[in-house]
Amino acid sequence: MGLENLALGFHHAVTPFNLFVAVIGITLGTIIGVLPGLGGANGVAILLPLTFTMPPTSAIILLTSLYWGALFGGAITSILFNIPGEPWSVATTFDGYPLARQGQSGQALTAAFTSSFVGAFFSIVLITFFAPILAEIALKFGPPEFFAIQLLTFSSFVGLGGGNPLKSLVSILIGFILAAVGLDIVTGQLRMTFGFTDLMKGFDFIVAVIGLFGVGEILLSVEEGLSFHGATTGMNLRVVLDTWKTLPRYWRTFVRGSFIGFWMGFKPGGATPASFMSYAFAKRFSRHPERFGKGELEGVVAPETAAHAAGVAAMLPMITLGIPGSPTAAVMLGGLIIWGLQPGPLLFKEKPDFVWGLIASMYTGNILGVLMVLAGVPFFAAILRIPFAILTPLIVVVCAIGAYAVHSSMIDIWYMLIFGVVGYVFKKLDYPLAPLVLALVLGDLAENALRQSLIMSQGTLTIFFTRPIAGAITAVAIFFFALPVITPWWRRLRGLPAAAPAPRET
Amino acid sequence: MRTADLITAAVLIAGAALVIFDSLRLGVGWGTDGPNSGFFPFWLGVGMVAACLLIAFQALRRSADKPFVQRAQLSSVLKVLWPATAAVVLMQFVGLYVASAIYMGFYMRWVGRHRWATVAAIGIGVPVATFFVFEKWFLVPMPKGPLETWLGY
Repeated sequence: MGLENLALGFHHAVTPFNLFVAVIGITLGTIIGVLPGLGGANGVAILLPLTFTMPPTSAIILLTSLYWGALFGGAITSILFNIPGEPWSVATTFDGYPLARQGQSGQALTAAFTSSFVGAFFSIVLITFFAPILAEIALKFGPPEFFAIQLLTFSSFVGLGGGNPLKSLVSILIGFILAAVGLDIVTGQLRMTFGFTDLMKGFDFIVAVIGLFGVGEILLSVEEGLSFHGATTGMNLRVVLDTWKTLPRYWRTFVRGSFIGFWMGFKPGGATPASFMSYAFAKRFSRHPERFGKGELEGVVAPETAAHAAGVAAMLPMITLGIPGSPTAAVMLGGLIIWGLQPGPLLFKEKPDFVWGLIASMYTGNILGVLMVLAGVPFFAAILRIPFAILTPLIVVVCAIGAYAVHSSMIDIWYMLIFGVVGYVFKKLDYPLAPLVLALVLGDLAENALRQSLIMSQGTLTIFFTRPIAGAITAVAIFFFALPVITPWWRRLRGLPAAAPAPRET
Repeated sequence: MRTADLITAAVLIAGAALVIFDSLRLGVGWGTDGPNSGFFPFWLGVGMVAACLLIAFQALRRSADKPFVQRAQLSSVLKVLWPATAAVVLMQFVGLYVASAIYMGFYMRWVGRHRWATVAAIGIGVPVATFFVFEKWFLVPMPKGPLETWLGY
C-alpha cells in the first residue's frame, strides 16, 4: 500500500512547476543557511507569507526545500569559515575546518554533502514506511493521549536538552503563557490583555521566530565584531569523483550515523546531541582516533550523516501527529493551518495527495539539493564575502518584511525587535529558544487537549494514567522531567564523578 | 552573568505575577462546563514563579563570574540595535520601502564607509526589487507612505 501512495506522491511532486519551486527553495535555503543570523526556522518563517496564494503541495515543497538547502548551507560555513551556522554543525567544524586549512576543502565539502544526503535519505525511507503506521495508530488517540504526547515533547527538552533544566522549563512556560494571551476561543473571554487592544490577537509565533532567531542572532554575532577568514573552495568534478571513491570505506560510519540520527531526531532537540554522539562513536571505533580533530574525513562524515538524518526525522511527528519536532517543523505546521489543512493523523486520510506529495518531494528535494550544492559551492561561499555593513541592514530589513507580512500589522515589527533583544539576552544566559517557540505554537492545542481530557474525567488528573497509551507516554514524560534530579543522585550512589554539562540545543 | 541572571529571574517573576493576577480574575477553578479560562495560565504562572525562584537561588549560591557583556561588545550591539529601532520608527511615517532605503544607506555609509555610488545602488536597488517581488509579484502589501501614494500606489 505504501508504494502505491508513494507513486501518487511522485506524480504530484515531479511536475515542472514543483521541481522549479524546489530549485528556488534549495537555492534560497542554501543562501539563508550560509548567511549569519538566518537559519532554517526564520528562513521558512520569512518566506511563509509568499506561499499563501500557492497550492498547498507546492507551498510545502518550497518550504521543505528551503529547509534542506539551509541544512546543506550550514556545512559550507562550518568547513570553509569555521562558523557553525546551526548548533548541529558544530561537530562538523572539528575536522572540516582543519581539512580546509590543509587545502582539502573540496574533499571535506564533498564528504559533508554526500553524508548529509545519505543520512537524510535513510530517514526519508524510514518515514515512508513508518509514517502511515504511526498515523494509523494516532487515529485512535483522544485528547488525553495528545496531551501526554505534548508532555513528552516538552519533557525531552528538560530531560535530554542539556544545559540548565530549570531554564528549559522556564522557556516552555513563557511560550505557553504567550500563547494564552488574547481571546480564549473556548469561553470567549479576553486573557492577559489588560485593556490593550493590540494584545487581543496575541503573539504570533512566526514573529517570535523571526525576532528570537533572526534579530537575536545578529545581535549576538556582532558582539565579536564580524570578520570572515575563509578558506578557498577548490571544488571541481575531479575532486568530487575522487572523494566519492574513498567514501564507501566509511560505510560503518554512515550506517551508525543514520541510525543515531533517526533515533535521536524524531524527538525534539535531537539533532545536536545526535551529531556529537555520532562523532564520538566514529572516533572510538576508528583505527586512528588520534587523527580526529586534525582533519580526518571520517570526522566530517559522522556528524553530518547524523545531523541530517535527525533533521529529516523531525518531520515524522509533524506529519503524523501534528506535533513538530523542531522550530522549523513548527513553522511549517503553522503554514499547514494557514493553507487550510488540519495537521494531525487525519491528514493521511483526507489529503493523501498532499502528504505523499510532501514525502515524495523529500526524495526529489534531497537529490536535487546535493547536486545543486556540489555545483554551487563557489557561488554560495561568495555570499560571505559581501561586506558586513551591507549584509546586516539587509538581514534586518528582510526580517521586518517577514514579520509584517504575517498579519499586515506594524506592531508585529515592534514585537520582532523586542523578541530580538529577548533572544539575545536569553541566548547569553543559556535559556533555550527552541522550546519557547514550540510551546508558543502548541499552546492552544495543548490547552484544549488538557481541558477536553479534564472534562472527560470530570476534573481529575488520573485520566492521564489510567488509559493505557496515555499512561505509558505520561510515565516516560515524567521520567524525562525527573531525569535532571535523578542523574546526579544516581551518579553519587555509584560513586561516579558529576557529569560535564552537555552542549545546548539552540 | 550572576546579576543578569537575577534581574532576568526577577522580571520573569513579575510577569508571572501579572499572569496569576489576571487568571484569578478569570477564575482558576471548575466553571459550568469545564475548567475556567484562568485555569491553565494560573498553573503556568505558578510554575514560572517556582522555577525562577530556584534559578535565582542557584545564581545566588554561585560566586560572581564574568560580566554579562563587555563595554566594547555592548557598543557594537547597540550600533546595530539603535539604527534598526530608528528604521522601525521611520516605517510608521514613510512606509517600509523608503525607511529601508534610508536605513540601509545610512548604515552602509556610517559603519561600512562604502562609496556613495555603492550606497545609492544598494540603498535604492534593494527596496525597489523588494517592491516588485512583494507588491507586484506575490501581492503581499507592505506599509507604504507618502512617496508610494504620490506614485499612485
